[in-house]
Amino acid sequence: MKYIDEFRDGDLARKIAERLHDEAQGRSYSFMEFCGGHTHAISRYGITELLPANVRMIHGPGCPVCVLPIGRIDLAIRIALEHGAIVCTYGDTMRVPASDSLSLVRAKARGGDIRMVYSATDALQIARQNPQREVVFFAIGFETTTPPTALAIRTAHRERLSNFSVLCCHVLTPSAITHILESPEVRQYGTVPIDGFVGPAHVSIVIGSAPYEHFAQEYRKPVVIAGFEPLDVMQAVLMLVRQVNEGRHEVENEFTRAVTAEGNLTAQALVAEVFELRPSFEWRGLGEVPYSALKIRPAFASFDAERRFGLGYRPVADNKACECGAILRGVKKPTDCKIFGTVCTPENPVGSCMVSSEGACAAHYSYGRFRDIPVRVEVAA
Amino acid sequence: MCLAIPARLTELLDAEQAIVDLGGIRKQVSIALVPEARVGDYVIVHVGHAIGQIDPEEAERTLAMFGELAAAPAALETTP
Amino acid sequence: MTTARKNYQRPLDIRNGRIDMGHGAGGRAAAQLIEELFIAAFDSEGLRQGNDGATFEVPAGHRLVMATDGHVVSPLFFPGGDVGSLSVHGTVNDVAMCGARPLYLAASFIIEEGFPLAELKRIVESMAAASRAAGVPIVTGDTKVVERGKGDGVFISTTGIGVVPHSVDIGGANARPGDAVLLSGTIGEHGVAVLSKRESLDFETTIESDSAALHTLVAAMLAAAPGAVRVLRDPTRGGLATTLNEIARQSGVGMMLDEAAIPVLPQVDAACELLGLDPLYVANEGKLVAVCAPEHAAAVLAAMRAHPLGGRAVRIGIVTEDPHHFVQMETRFGGCRVVDWLSGEQLPRIC
Repeated sequence: MKYIDEFRDGDLARKIAERLHDEAQGRSYSFMEFCGGHTHAISRYGITELLPANVRMIHGPGCPVCVLPIGRIDLAIRIALEHGAIVCTYGDTMRVPASDSLSLVRAKARGGDIRMVYSATDALQIARQNPQREVVFFAIGFETTTPPTALAIRTAHRERLSNFSVLCCHVLTPSAITHILESPEVRQYGTVPIDGFVGPAHVSIVIGSAPYEHFAQEYRKPVVIAGFEPLDVMQAVLMLVRQVNEGRHEVENEFTRAVTAEGNLTAQALVAEVFELRPSFEWRGLGEVPYSALKIRPAFASFDAERRFGLGYRPVADNKACECGAILRGVKKPTDCKIFGTVCTPENPVGSCMVSSEGACAAHYSYGRFRDIPVRVEVAA
Repeated sequence: MCLAIPARLTELLDAEQAIVDLGGIRKQVSIALVPEARVGDYVIVHVGHAIGQIDPEEAERTLAMFGELAAAPAALETTP
Repeated sequence: MTTARKNYQRPLDIRNGRIDMGHGAGGRAAAQLIEELFIAAFDSEGLRQGNDGATFEVPAGHRLVMATDGHVVSPLFFPGGDVGSLSVHGTVNDVAMCGARPLYLAASFIIEEGFPLAELKRIVESMAAASRAAGVPIVTGDTKVVERGKGDGVFISTTGIGVVPHSVDIGGANARPGDAVLLSGTIGEHGVAVLSKRESLDFETTIESDSAALHTLVAAMLAAAPGAVRVLRDPTRGGLATTLNEIARQSGVGMMLDEAAIPVLPQVDAACELLGLDPLYVANEGKLVAVCAPEHAAAVLAAMRAHPLGGRAVRIGIVTEDPHHFVQMETRFGGCRVVDWLSGEQLPRIC
């Protein structure tokens, strides 16, 4: 597959790894990869093993499923079970644990009409095919996924679809990064010495590289926007190491084949037409984060499920033993969590970090667990 | 929501829809967000929508960069 | 007697007819359905006798093997097969995975009221063809009808009987550290073929299910190196990864795989990329995994490659000593990862 296979070449990976070993000398480096897709790539391809021991990757809150607070999923479940609407959502959202030991998949087993869709347009189609029923699209995701939702709302508006609405939980990347950098741990106690960021791949296609200039300058942290494939990630880590070594804190773009400075203007205009900023939004593990999420504009109010169903948001505290909050901020590792792998497993996820395969805990459980336990691999001669 | 895949645009159906090909798999996607895409272009598909395009020259340059850095360590030695 | 009966009975209206509750009631309509549709297609000695069960002899020096499977695939018809052929192949394979020669099949149908006779005939004929090609006749069966809404068209349950010589010992607990792990061919085709027909996913592909009867391949492997093959299993639901984890747990061992060795067709790869699936977890219906003594691996592989269903057979890894029973894999990229059990249903990953 073109533009995919070439960027997974193992020989090139080894060469970049050698460069990293040569150049990452004399100190330790901690970089946060923000995007869940990068977390997944690092785990799936075993990149951690190829990095030098003094370069550590911290998994940031770039997984939109992981940062979805319990209260938001409760809203979706209520819409299905109490209001009898057809609730459509993406795959990973289905298993996120919510209140009363429920999740969307469990609400479905209880009779809720909850359907997994691949695209927002699938939800529109379900609305067209079921004019008698209310159809709600549970929209989550960062800036990559927001334009398709905007498109669906605009299309519904044009077609005057009267039974379609969106429960909007779209969140914004730059605000999340700022919030981490502003968090007490980082600013005052230096607990999380983040030396730089691997910027998200596909979010940047939409928003461009310009929005990251702010962090680089204000917080004096280098940012390298990396493509999605494992070679991209390794190259970006190398570029970050070089910036740190050279005392630079700039925004560099490794993903030049898809990301420009200004991004996708068509998509941005569409999003601005349909959505506006929420003054504040609760993120799981990060608490209330200002100007970090979107809501539907008054002009499209009839497509706003929160207004349509008169839903009030009720925040719900996370499970006390769950360390997702600290893990999402990069303060703790999955293995620091007391219930990792024992009570909290992919079959029985307690927190969202275990649900989505991009979540730090799920990724470590599936791909990296064997590193925590000494395993004697005996191979007959 | 970062799973996005580069695929080749093989057929324009109308202003907003197209068929893309990925390794022999054909799928209909929306190109409403990338109206300038043409047949033969590689678009990046996410949840059934093309959200951007691949610039072939930049792709070549990136691959060359991986190889270059690997081949010439002395020339690119940085000072701490 | 048959001629006389036919003069007073209209034949089944295959073209426009549908199953109704009468067809499951055990009376004249049921008998007609069985005779004109099922027996006409399956046409075995056992069925012709018309008894409640079929009898047969057990050859001396052999043990009996029995296996059963329920088939609820949706959609019922998919590229490369249908629920009928799948139900034959699946059970023949389960028997074969015990190292046994499959002899007979039993088939039980639960049909939903309103199911078109034309589709039922298509399924039954497909089963008959699969059964004939495999040389394993359907000798006894049952039909029930449930009310509309209580069944997904048709569910088929097949049970297979086979025989295995006393000297053959093949089972999931037999793998030992140092053994070779072999795979008979490319993975992921059945799952992708079925998914491609699910409305909500809607992609075009020429991938067909690999559904096939593997018993002659197994026979060739066992003949090539008697006693060498210790474990046989077909990676159906949950894919190759699940099967290997099952064997690892049953045998109390670990495994180390080589990702580059595992063959995947380019279109299957592409479909999995598009949907966010991992081919290691996608179902197969015409492939097998074998664990065999390392000194005989080459001979077993040669026998596999000489067989039409094993042309791309390859060694994919080695059994290791591991108290945690991890199945690990050297990735093409140069790293190492755990290939874990599947968690829940594999939903197309969007993230």
